[in-house]
Amino acid sequence: MLNSSLKQLSALLATKKISSVELTVEFLKRSRALNSDYNAFITLDEETSLAQARAADTIVASGEAQPLTGIPIAQKDIFCTRGWLTTCGSRMLSNFISPYDACVVERFNSAGAVNIGKTNMDEFAMGSSNETSFYGPVKNPWDTSAVPGGSSGGSACAVAARMAPAATGTDTGGSIRQPAALCGISGLKPTYGLVSRYGMIAFASSLDQGGPMAKSAEDLALMLNVMAGFDTRDSTSLQREPEDYTRDLEKPLEGLRIGLPKEYFVKEINDDVALAVEAAIAEYRKLGAKTVEVSLPNTRLSVPVYYVLAPAEASSNLSRFDGVRYGYRAPEYADLNDMYQKSRAQGFGAEVKRRILIGTYVLSHGYYDAYYIQAQKLRRLMALDFTEAFKLCDIIMGPTSPTVAFDLGEKSSDPVQMYLSDAYTIAVNLAGLPAMSIPAGFGKNNRPVGLQIIGNYFAEAQMLKVAHQYQQITDWHIRMPTSAAL
Amino acid sequence: MGSEDCFSLGTVRSNLYHRKDFAMQWEIVIGLEVHAQLSTQSKIFSGASTAFGAAPNAEACPVDLALPGVLPVLNRGAVERAIKLGLAVGAKINSPSVFARKNYFYPDLPKGYQISQYELPVVEGGVVRIRSAQDGKECEKTIRLTRAHLEEDAGKSLHEDFHGMTGIDLNRAGTPLLEIVSEPDMRSSAEAVAYAKTLHSLVRWIGICDGNMQEGSFRCDANVSVRHQGSDRLGTRCEIKNLNSFRFLEKAIEYEARRQIEILEDGGTIQQQTRLYDPEKGETRAMRSKEDAQDYRYFPDPDLLPLEISEDWIAEVRSRLPELPEEMRIRFERDHELSAYDASALTADRDIAEYYEAVAGKLPFDHKLCANWVMGDISAYLNDEDTSFDNCPLSPAQLVQLLVRIKDGTISGKIAKEVFRQMWIKVREQPVAWKDRDSKRDENLADQIIESQGLKQISDSGELEKLVNEVIAANSRSVEEFRSGKEKAFNALVGQVMKAARGKANPSQVNEIMRKKIAE
Repeated sequence: MLNSSLKQLSALLATKKISSVELTVEFLKRSRALNSDYNAFITLDEETSLAQARAADTIVASGEAQPLTGIPIAQKDIFCTRGWLTTCGSRMLSNFISPYDACVVERFNSAGAVNIGKTNMDEFAMGSSNETSFYGPVKNPWDTSAVPGGSSGGSACAVAARMAPAATGTDTGGSIRQPAALCGISGLKPTYGLVSRYGMIAFASSLDQGGPMAKSAEDLALMLNVMAGFDTRDSTSLQREPEDYTRDLEKPLEGLRIGLPKEYFVKEINDDVALAVEAAIAEYRKLGAKTVEVSLPNTRLSVPVYYVLAPAEASSNLSRFDGVRYGYRAPEYADLNDMYQKSRAQGFGAEVKRRILIGTYVLSHGYYDAYYIQAQKLRRLMALDFTEAFKLCDIIMGPTSPTVAFDLGEKSSDPVQMYLSDAYTIAVNLAGLPAMSIPAGFGKNNRPVGLQIIGNYFAEAQMLKVAHQYQQITDWHIRMPTSAAL
Repeated sequence: MGSEDCFSLGTVRSNLYHRKDFAMQWEIVIGLEVHAQLSTQSKIFSGASTAFGAAPNAEACPVDLALPGVLPVLNRGAVERAIKLGLAVGAKINSPSVFARKNYFYPDLPKGYQISQYELPVVEGGVVRIRSAQDGKECEKTIRLTRAHLEEDAGKSLHEDFHGMTGIDLNRAGTPLLEIVSEPDMRSSAEAVAYAKTLHSLVRWIGICDGNMQEGSFRCDANVSVRHQGSDRLGTRCEIKNLNSFRFLEKAIEYEARRQIEILEDGGTIQQQTRLYDPEKGETRAMRSKEDAQDYRYFPDPDLLPLEISEDWIAEVRSRLPELPEEMRIRFERDHELSAYDASALTADRDIAEYYEAVAGKLPFDHKLCANWVMGDISAYLNDEDTSFDNCPLSPAQLVQLLVRIKDGTISGKIAKEVFRQMWIKVREQPVAWKDRDSKRDENLADQIIESQGLKQISDSGELEKLVNEVIAANSRSVEEFRSGKEKAFNALVGQVMKAARGKANPSQVNEIMRKKIAE
C-alpha cells in the first residue's frame, strides 16, 4: 500500500478494501514514528486529520467520491490552513494559527482529501537545504546525513519516506524540483498563474508558484487537477478553461523533440548526475524521442538576477511581520522602533535577514536602476531565450540540480554555494514556465538524481505525459529508501 | 505657470508680506495635494465595507489585516472614479497604469507598505479653472494638475484610552483614495482656497467623493514656498499636513508664508520640512525635515498586474459623466441670461444646480426669479436648518406654484415671502427630500395658503380706487408736497394705500391709479 499510486488508493477506497480512516491512521502512524528521525512535519494533528477522514468515508459511502477523496495529503507549512498552526518554518509565525484557508487548501478540502500534517520547510521558503527552518533541518530519507533539498524539503521527505502519499510544495527558484530531485520523487512547478497564490505565504510574488509533489507523474496530474484553476482572490491567477492533466498520459512520445541546452551540460554538473541524466535521455530515445541541442545563452545570469529580484520582493512581502497584529513579538522593548527591531531580529533567522537586507539595498534610492531595473530587463531576455529554444524543440531536459544531495552543514555557511545549487531551476521561475523533476537513478553515495523537464507555457499535460511514459519503462519512482522501513 | 486673466502674477500687496522693506515684494507659491476618499461601497483592494463609524476593526477583513498569504484585488469602481475625475479635468488617462508599493513601517500600516502609484499614475495632467476675488475683483485662473493617482488609506492609531499603549483601528485601512496633485500654480491663500473649493465641488459633482471633511473624506496638504516677486526660481518649500477645512488651509498658508518671509528677511534660509498645522494655536510646526525623509523604496507591486484601461471603458465612463459645473455655468449665463455671479452660485454644487434646473424647467420665462428664490429664501431656510438642497423638503413644483402666483399678479413678492414661510412650516411637518416625494401628492400648497388666509392681491380697480381716494382725502398735505415736486411724498401715499390693503394691493396698479387721481 505504501507504494500505491493515488489512483490505486482511490480504487481501494471505492471498493471498500480500506477506509479513509484506516489509510489515514496508517500514514499518521508512519509519520509519527519517522518524524523524530526525519523532522519532515512541523505539525501533526491526528484528531483533525481523522475527523476529515471520517467525513471522507461518508462521502465515499454516498458514492460521491472524487479522485482524491479520502486520500491523505501533506501540506507545506506555507499554506494557510484554518485552525492549524501555519509557521512558514519561522519563529516569526511560531504562534500563528491561521483563521482562514489558502485557496489550495480549500481545493483539497472540497476534493475530500485529508490533511495529514504540515510539512517542514526552509524559513519563508528561503533556502535549498531545509537547514534554515526554525524547526530544525529535515533529513534526507535516503541518507540521513544528507539534506533533503529545499525549500519544500519536508514535503519531499514525507513523500520519499512514504509518510504521505503526496504533498504540496511551492517553487520560487526550484523549491519543488530541487528537493524532489534530491529525495528521489516527482515534483511539478506549474506555469506561473495556474495555481492560486491566495493563502500561500508570499516569498517573491512574481516567482512563487504552488505545485504538487508525489511519487509519479500520474499522481502529480491528479493533484494538479485539484490545485489548478482561476481564483478571483489572486490578481495574477489566470482565467483559463479547466483541463484534465491526465488526458495525455498514455499517449506515445514518437517524434517528440527534446531540447538539450548546451549551458545545462557543462563541467559544473557532477559526473554522477550527468551520467544519470544522459542515461535517462537514452531511454527517451528508445521511446521514439529525438534530441536537439538548444541554447539558453543567459543561463549564467539567472542566479544573480534571481538574487536581486526575489530578495527585493521578499523585503517588502515580509514587512507585514512586524509584531503588531500577530506572530512573534519580542517580550521586552523600549518603544515602537525597538519593538520592531527586536521582534524582527529575534523572529527571523539569518538567511531571511540576509535576503531582507539584500532586497532593501537593491530597492534603495540610487541603487534601484542599477540592480532592480537591470535585473528586470535581464529577466525578459531569459524568457526570450526559452521562446527561441522552443522554436526548435517541444520540451527541454537537463539536470534538476548540479549535484546529488549534499551533506547537512556542507553549504550552510556558504550562501553563494547554496544559491548555485539552484542554477538550473531558477531561469524557469524568471520566465514563468512550467517545469518538473522526476527520479532518474542514483549517483554518489546512492543518493537520487533528478531529471528536469521544462515545458512551454501551459504544457503541463504534455510534460506529465513525457514523465509518465518514462516511468512506464523505469522504476526509479517506486524505489523506497530502506531507512523508511518500520 | 497657469494662465491669468486679470491680475499680474499674484503679487501679494498685503503689507503682511513685506514687513521691513516696502519695496521688497514677496510672492507666495502654493501647490496642493488633495486626498479624496472615493465613494465606493467596498475597499480598494478587498471586499470589506468602507462605511464610516463602525466599531474598531469590525470592517477589517483578512486582506486589510495583512494576514500572511492574502492578496490585493483591485476594485474597478475606484478606477472608474479616477477615470471620471481625469475626464472632468481634461487629463490623460494612462494605460497601462501601474500600482507600486511605498515601503515604510508604521503600526497602522498593516502590510508595512502602502499600495499606491508612482510611475504611470492613472490620471496625468489636466486643469481646474478657479474664480477668486483679487483686489475686490472676481478673477479666473487655470490651475494645472500634475497627476492623480489611486492609493489605499492607512488605519488609525488611537493613543488615548489604552493606558500608555496604542490601539490600532484598521477599519479605514484600504479605503480608496485619489491623490490629486496640482502644479505650484497658486499665488495666494485665496487662490488655494478657491482651488480646493472648486475641486471639492467637482468631486462631489461627478459623484466620486462625498466631500465630508469632518470624516476626512477630503483632505489637503499644501506645499508652500516664497520668492521675490519676478523671480522664476522656486524657493525651498515646506509641506503642511492636516488641513481638514478650507479655513485651516487659508490660515495655515498665511501663517507659513509669513514665517518663511520673516526667516528670509532676517537673512536665514528655509529648511525643507513637513509641517503640521495646529488649529488651536493657528500655527505650523515642524514634523520632520528632509534629512529624516524616508526612502520609500517604491517598486511595482508584483501582486497586481499593470492596469489596462480600454478606450471602450473610458468612453463608457464618459457617457455617464454629468454635465460639468463649468459647462453648466456657461449655459446658465448664455441660455438663462443669468449674471456670472448667479450662474457661479447656482453651479457651486450639484444639489443646488439640480434644484434650480428643476425649478427653471417649470418656469422657463423668468429664470432670474427662479434663481433669486433658489439662492435667496430656500438657501436661507436650508441654512437655518443646516441641511442641503438634496434634502430640501419643498419640491421644485411647489416652489413654482408660488412663483406662478407672483407672475400672474395674484400675490406680491412681499406676500409671497409670507406664503413661502407658511409653505415651509407645512412641508416640514413631514419632511421628505424632494426627489423622494411622490409628485402626485404635491397638493397645490401655495394656492391653499393664499386662499385660506385671504392673501390674494387686490387687483380690482374699483376697490383700489376707493382706497386711493380715502388716502388722498386723509393726506392732503402729502398730496400738496408731491404736487410741489417732492417725489418722496408720492411713495408715502402709495405706502399708505398698501398699508390699508394689508399688503395685498398690486403696487404697480396702485401707482397708476394714484398718479391719475392726483393729476385729476
